[in-house]
Amino acid sequence: MADLIGAEALRLMAAFEAAGAVPVEAAILQPASTLLDLYGEDIRSRAYVTSDPLRGEMMLRPDFTLPIVQMHMESRADPARYTYAGPVFRKQEHDESRANEFTQVGFEVFDGQNPAAADADVFAAIAGVLEGLPVRAATGDLGILMAAVHGLRTTGARKAALLRHIWRPRRFRAFLDRFGVRTPPPTSRVALLAMADPFANAGPDVGLRSRAEVQARIDALREDAAAAPISSEELALIDALLAIRETSPNALSALRDIAVDMPAIGPAVAKLVARLDALSERGIDVETLDFEASFGRTTLEYYDGFVFGFYAADRPDLAPVATGGRYDALTAVLGQGRAVPAVGGVVRPDLCLSLGGVS
Amino acid sequence: MLKLGVPSKGRLMEKTFEWFGERGVVLRKAGSEREYAGAVDGIEGIELVLLSAGEIPRELAAGRIHLGVTGSDLIREKLANWDARVSVIEQMGFGGADLIIAVPQAWVDVDTLDDLDAAAAAFRAKHGFRMRIATKYHRLVREFLRENGVADYQLVDSQGATEGVVKNETAEAIADITSTGETLRANGLKIIDDGLIHASQATLFRGVRDRWDDAQRATFKALEKMLNV
Repeated sequence: MADLIGAEALRLMAAFEAAGAVPVEAAILQPASTLLDLYGEDIRSRAYVTSDPLRGEMMLRPDFTLPIVQMHMESRADPARYTYAGPVFRKQEHDESRANEFTQVGFEVFDGQNPAAADADVFAAIAGVLEGLPVRAATGDLGILMAAVHGLRTTGARKAALLRHIWRPRRFRAFLDRFGVRTPPPTSRVALLAMADPFANAGPDVGLRSRAEVQARIDALREDAAAAPISSEELALIDALLAIRETSPNALSALRDIAVDMPAIGPAVAKLVARLDALSERGIDVETLDFEASFGRTTLEYYDGFVFGFYAADRPDLAPVATGGRYDALTAVLGQGRAVPAVGGVVRPDLCLSLGGVS
Repeated sequence: MLKLGVPSKGRLMEKTFEWFGERGVVLRKAGSEREYAGAVDGIEGIELVLLSAGEIPRELAAGRIHLGVTGSDLIREKLANWDARVSVIEQMGFGGADLIIAVPQAWVDVDTLDDLDAAAAAFRAKHGFRMRIATKYHRLVREFLRENGVADYQLVDSQGATEGVVKNETAEAIADITSTGETLRANGLKIIDDGLIHASQATLFRGVRDRWDDAQRATFKALEKMLNV
């Protein structure tokens, strides 16, 4: 089986090379600190952590994205396309039947010239290698939700709080409900803001977080309490946006309806139109292509634009056969001031084989 | 023989002995006080194994003991997918302690997880690293904070005297076990309102039964009857 997976991985890589990608490699052991800073403490429940006596905590790579982005940012080549293949490692804390080691074959495009074309190139290349397999594609675009948040008629602090939790739908929802006064503020906060001296009952100052920092947050809470709630019209528009789950043309017309009342999403919707055109040019049938506005919100938090996944049509138990998306913000975080628009995706050759009837 | 694992010392051991004794199952240490061998009277076929409470989850999951008494917090912390690997036979009503999140009392702006999350974001922006929460309950705390959508924190390991880490500036907040909250208050800390991660108590657990023989099954039935569980 390992030989078959290896051969399938080579087939996939060859297809991505034909699409202009240069084959690259990455180390299996990655410094844990960078991954932790990017993904937060949650990554510990998903990646194997080990320790090196001199280098400190290391992780077995949970994916290739981080090392590939770092490599690209150091090389300063632009534009560039890469492909790679190799094992990735994922701890499975809840489901023993899920693989904890599997091969990923990836295709990454760093190119700011024409994002719609780059999105479509990656999607079409992956759709191409999966042709003939019983898979269905789902797509989304986190850029539209982000644009909607940016466009809300509310304070910058509230927008920042919502954007920070785009990838945590429950928290995002809780914030929306709070800012739209669907849920009242906690009594502890009301009491705090009513006090003439909030520090009257404060204990001793201990720890690194200073009184000035506490005061700054109280000021922010006062400002928030004084701000007008997000209107129920705007909340309804966000709800309508998040509920979109349609074929791409129907999703597009629903988004255009929303854009009438929420013009801020106009540019993001225009990007979707350009992408659909580019996909169409590459032979993708966009008439039947699913679009879900909430898609990609619960994956690793770095996608911030186009997102997609390919799923085994009759096997809901299987992990996705391929996933990918745009991660411009990640390159900015890792690029120390330099950002390069980037989009990419990975395919699992083992799942391709099992869906293709090889076992 | 059906092996019953019981904490090997302290109040937890005494209370466990008492609890079983009240139900006619007499557990005792055999030989001298310092020895970790045990004996059982009042029922046939049970072997008492004295272990550290922290090792009982692992031994139960591995099948080296069949029944075990330990804190429900330790089972949840030490066993991934704990409810598929052991079952609760009875909550024993003692050894109660809450795993909570506590922050400095001086943080008058932080009373809820909402506040903690917002403070963590601001802290990271100002200090350049994620807010540190000291604990020895890594799994429980991480899962709790994930479920509640708290970000921009990091867990730092603290195996003892956790209440002191904030004063020592090795962490900004803690997640620890408390029964009365007194030590927390003495160290200038307060419990977050919705920060109860788990209300723990001593619990009698059973491992999976698939490799038990008939004698062990019969003994367990008899024990269940005596314990009325």
